[in-house]
Amino acid sequence: MKPIVIAGVGAVSPAGWGVDAMMGVVDSDTRPELSELTRERKSGPLVVTSVLKVPAAKSKLPRNPRLRRVSPISKFAATAAIEALGDDRIERIASGELRLGVICALMNGCVNYSNRFFGEVVADPSVASPILFPETVFNAPSSHLSAMFSSTAPNDTLLGDSGELFTALELATEWLQRGDCDGVLVVAPEEIDWLSSEALKLYSKNYIPAEGAAAIYLEPGDSGTPLLSIPDPVSLPPRENRVGAIRSLITASGAMDDGDTLLSDSRVSVAKFDQPENTAFSRWSGPQISVKKSLGEAFVASAGFQVIAAVRRLEAGQAKRAWVNTVGGNEQVAGCWIGQH
Amino acid sequence: MGCGLSENSTGFREGRLAFKPVDLFDVSRQRVSTAGQAELPDSLPYVGRKEWSRMDRGTRMALISAREALEAAGLAGGEMPVIVGTSAIAMPIGEQYYRQAVEGGSTRGQFLRVETYQAQFQMTAMMRALKVRGPLRIISNACASGANAIGQAYQMVSEGKAERVLAGGYDALSQLVFAGFDSLQALSPSGIPRPFDAARDGLAIGEGAGFVVVETLESAKSRGIDPVASILAYASATDIHHLTQPHPEGDAALGTMTRATRQAGLEPEQIGYINSHGTGTPLNDVAEARAIARWAGASTGRIRVSSTKSSIGHLLGGAGSVESVLCLLAMRDQFLPASLSVREVDPVVEFDLVQQPREAVVTTAMTNSFGFGGANATLIFQKEAQS
Repeated sequence: MKPIVIAGVGAVSPAGWGVDAMMGVVDSDTRPELSELTRERKSGPLVVTSVLKVPAAKSKLPRNPRLRRVSPISKFAATAAIEALGDDRIERIASGELRLGVICALMNGCVNYSNRFFGEVVADPSVASPILFPETVFNAPSSHLSAMFSSTAPNDTLLGDSGELFTALELATEWLQRGDCDGVLVVAPEEIDWLSSEALKLYSKNYIPAEGAAAIYLEPGDSGTPLLSIPDPVSLPPRENRVGAIRSLITASGAMDDGDTLLSDSRVSVAKFDQPENTAFSRWSGPQISVKKSLGEAFVASAGFQVIAAVRRLEAGQAKRAWVNTVGGNEQVAGCWIGQH
Repeated sequence: MGCGLSENSTGFREGRLAFKPVDLFDVSRQRVSTAGQAELPDSLPYVGRKEWSRMDRGTRMALISAREALEAAGLAGGEMPVIVGTSAIAMPIGEQYYRQAVEGGSTRGQFLRVETYQAQFQMTAMMRALKVRGPLRIISNACASGANAIGQAYQMVSEGKAERVLAGGYDALSQLVFAGFDSLQALSPSGIPRPFDAARDGLAIGEGAGFVVVETLESAKSRGIDPVASILAYASATDIHHLTQPHPEGDAALGTMTRATRQAGLEPEQIGYINSHGTGTPLNDVAEARAIARWAGASTGRIRVSSTKSSIGHLLGGAGSVESVLCLLAMRDQFLPASLSVREVDPVVEFDLVQQPREAVVTTAMTNSFGFGGANATLIFQKEAQS
């Protein structure tokens, strides 16, 4: 088995465009400014939802016909991907020297265009816009990434709850071990609109819906943060003991709390949903980080932010290894163990 | 075409068309009002009423198909990874959520709609109904999703990561997707697709599910099961030409067919049947026909090809898996399903286009799947000798 490392990371988050902006907020234990989504209904008052949106910024994306009409999710994905790869790798991909596989993992998908397109369908399907529909498909962002980098290597889009990120990382290692490609970009992009934000609030009024993209670039070798293990996710049937699921996952991973292992967990400041990790990690002796408390709930992108924050903390020497733990909403508890062997 | 392998085999052997008026949602303002709409049972004896009511139409089809696959494999559930392809997930439930939210007033029932809209909720519910436990992987590569699911199951088993995998794909009709293809003017105005016809004018949407159990030969034989077929190869690639249009020369399709035959250790002339992607759109069929000709070279005229989408429509996320199952049926029952409704074969077609169902010796079969976004997949199957 070839050793696989995380050789690059990129992020677009409510904190801004880039990993540094994200870590600035996480390290200062603050939260970016909330904004409000408002919408009218046919009957009843305005609906107002507090959210954490990615701040508006002038696009630094390359000129590419594919990116001309894309929705925010694809812009987030493309920006994070460029940061994770870096200029040198992008040149090597363009010259055909580096075969790049692309995997996107997401839950919400392209809600902005889906919302707009279905609104047009409800109003009058005979004049619904053909420009919107192709951007509603779940694999539009991953397709744009491959096109942007001119990569014909495998490209997959995976759906699931927040824990799906780790299935994507596992699939990436399969491709690399098999030699299907030389490097794999795993991107977790999510966008919000009123439709998805109000849906999340049905789970708890305390949730802060958020958006963004996390990009994690994997390749064989020893230059980066080693991926030590990705255990099979533990399924979460209704009424499953989530604390037990977390514990069995960690046991399967080989990770342990030795005082020098960072815990990057998925607590989000919603008591009901934080309880399993509060219990499972009540005696964790190593350093801890909970990025969602700062960045809100962005589903699979949040799990990506957890990994990226762990990588940055390891690079800063704050721990030797990190256990990244994600309790998904309705599918799985999943995670990965990274750092020094 | 029907529920189950038997009804489908009979229907394809008889060359039936499965298109009918859509009555699941309002199509009165669409250019097209028919589709390959499936007939489903109102309930299943092995699923509780509450669980059934929470399953969307696509999951119900997936459940029926997956259970038949498990039964054929002599399994009643158990530990195994599940890999599923879908493009539209439970979109009709999402549409209900949208309509009620826009209307305003009550949020009654909305939480359940949000929860049951999600593909992972639906597929974990299916796994519980099947008594299957294990990791779940949901692939959404548009119209190649089902083929990707079976291909990844093959890789997982052949590389020793799992003894067996339940894999397949599904999609049900939904208004958003139906209107989407109509907005692109990709649907045949007549409602009858004619893949590889010179005057083809678009596809028909269909719905359905296909599942298989992929496992090691030793594992199947240890339970006294005669496998239907071996999977010899799986190849995938990305066509980056355009989000919704294939490369005009079928470059990515050529790539997956070439790599798959190489992986299988076969020459093109040894492929007994190709179940093509064959949507019936002008651009897809010409690209695929050119790719097949480039791949098969001088053997092209002997390659037997059909598009079963001519009978049941385009099943989107379910297409690749249902068409894989049709390859298995062709080998099990020794016949070639047809490309129906062709009046004048497009001059670009150099292969042997099967225009009526044929009795035939079929020992190897290939299926192609190409999706929006450029996801291309090719699978090759070989008939197993029955003991």
